[in-house]
Amino acid sequence: MDNNNGCNSGNKLQKNAKVKIVRIKPKVTGNSTFTECESTISSCYCGSKTNKPITKYDIDQKWIIGEISTPAGMVPKIATKLTLADMWGTCKVRFGVNRMNYKINPGIYAVGTPNNNSPVLVTANYKLTFDALRKELGGLNVWIMVLDTKGVNVWCAAGKGTFGTKELLNRILKVKLFQIVSHKTLILPQLGAPGINAYDVTKKSGFKVVYGPVRAEDINEFLKAGMRATEEMREIRFNIVDRVVLTPVEFISTFKIAMLVFGIMFLINLFAVNPFGVVDFYAFIGALLVGCVLTPILLTWIPVRAFAAKGWILGLIWAVTVNILNGWPAMPEYGLLKTVAYLLILPSIAAYYAMNFTGSSTYTSFSGVIKEMKIAVPAIAISIGFGVVLLLTNSFIHI
Amino acid sequence: MKNKYLKNVCTLKFYSDKCVGCGRCIEVCPHKVFNLNEGKVELINKDGCMECGACAKNCAFNAIEVKSGVGCAYAVIKGWLLGTEPTCDCSGDNSNGCC
Repeated sequence: MDNNNGCNSGNKLQKNAKVKIVRIKPKVTGNSTFTECESTISSCYCGSKTNKPITKYDIDQKWIIGEISTPAGMVPKIATKLTLADMWGTCKVRFGVNRMNYKINPGIYAVGTPNNNSPVLVTANYKLTFDALRKELGGLNVWIMVLDTKGVNVWCAAGKGTFGTKELLNRILKVKLFQIVSHKTLILPQLGAPGINAYDVTKKSGFKVVYGPVRAEDINEFLKAGMRATEEMREIRFNIVDRVVLTPVEFISTFKIAMLVFGIMFLINLFAVNPFGVVDFYAFIGALLVGCVLTPILLTWIPVRAFAAKGWILGLIWAVTVNILNGWPAMPEYGLLKTVAYLLILPSIAAYYAMNFTGSSTYTSFSGVIKEMKIAVPAIAISIGFGVVLLLTNSFIHI
Repeated sequence: MKNKYLKNVCTLKFYSDKCVGCGRCIEVCPHKVFNLNEGKVELINKDGCMECGACAKNCAFNAIEVKSGVGCAYAVIKGWLLGTEPTCDCSGDNSNGCC
C-alpha cells in the first residue's frame, strides 16, 4: 500500500502494451461535454452522429480498455481484471478516504464483445460496486447499465430511492437501450429491489425486470443457468469477512469525537488536582475499539440479540480488564471514583458504537433498531452522565 | 452460525387473500421470509425480516405491507433530535455515513 504511486505508473505501461482498442476515439474527459474532436489520433469519427459516445466517459480511465460502436453511439469497453490502482482505491474507501466521492459516470458500458442479444446488467455508480461486478464478468459478453446513485452502493441507494424506478426508466432512455439491444430484459441486482417497482418498470418501458443474485460472484452461474438464481444466491450473508471489512470505517469515524474528548481532558488537566493520564487514554481508545471493531467481528458469538447489549457486555469485560491492569482486586491506584466511573463509561461507549453497527448489518430491522434504541440510548446517556460526574469529582477533589 | 435479531417486532403484514402466487416476493427477499407452497405464498419466517421493503414494493397486488426505514442508529438519533424521519447521510458530503 505504501508504494501506490509506483504501482500506478506501472499499470499504465502494462495496459498500453496489452490493449487493443476496437475503434479509436478522441478522448472525452471528466465532465466536459463531447463537442469536437481534439484529435491527436489519426482516425477521427467525430463527424458521424452514431459515433458519438452515448454518455460521458473518460477514455483515459485505466479500466476503460477500448470502445465499441453501436447504433446508438459509442460505448466504452471495460476491463474485467482489477488493477492495483483499483484495489488501492477500494482499500482507501474501506478506510474512509474519499468514500463519499468514489464514483464513475452513469451510462452504458460493454464487457467483452456484446451484441444486441447480450444480457443487460444494471448496477450503481459507486466504483467499489462497479469493480465488484466487473471483476466477475471475465469471458462474458454483456452490457452494464450504470444508474446514477450519487456514488452509493446498490443496497443503500435502493433504500433511499436513488437506485429506483424513476432513475432506471430515465437511464433506459438516456442510454437509448432500445437501440442497443433487441430484447426486453434487464437483470437487476436483487439488493436493488427495495427501490424498484418491477411492474411499473415493465409497464412504462416495456423492459422486463429479472432480479439477479445478491452477490456479483454468482452472476456467471446465474446467466449459465438461464437467469435462474438458486436459493443460496438469493440469501444475504453477513459472515466474519463481510463484517471485518466494514470495521475500519466504523473506527475511523470516531476520530473527531475522540479528538474532542482528548481536547476536553487536556483543558481539565490545566486545572485538575488529579490530572488525566495514559490510563484514561488507552481505556477510552480501547472502548472505541471494542464497540467499533471487536463487537462487529465477534457479533454472531455474543449470546444476546440487541447490538447495544452485545457491545455493553464486551465493554464491561474491557472496563474490568482496565481495572485489573491497574491493581484489582486491590484498590486501583487511581482510586474508587475512577474505578466506578470506568465501569459506567467504558461499557456504554462500546454499547453506543455497537448499536451504530446496526446500520451496517444486513439483518437488523428498522423496528428492532428502534426498540433497542428506546432502552439503550437513555441507559447509555445516564450511565455516561454519572460516570463523567465521578470523573470530574475525581479530577478536582482530593479524597 | 446464523445471525438473528430481535423477535416479534417486525411490521410485515401479508394478506394471503390478495396473493396470486406469482412468487416475486420470494425472488426479492434476502432472508427467505416467504415460501411458495402449491402455488400459494406463505409467510414462514417473519422474525427473519429486516424490513427492507423489497417484497411490498414489488408486489403488484398490494398483498404485502411493511414499514421500512433506515435501520441506522445514528440516523435515528438525528431524527429524534431534529424531530424528523431518520435519514441516512450516506450520499451527502457529510462524512458521518453509516451504511
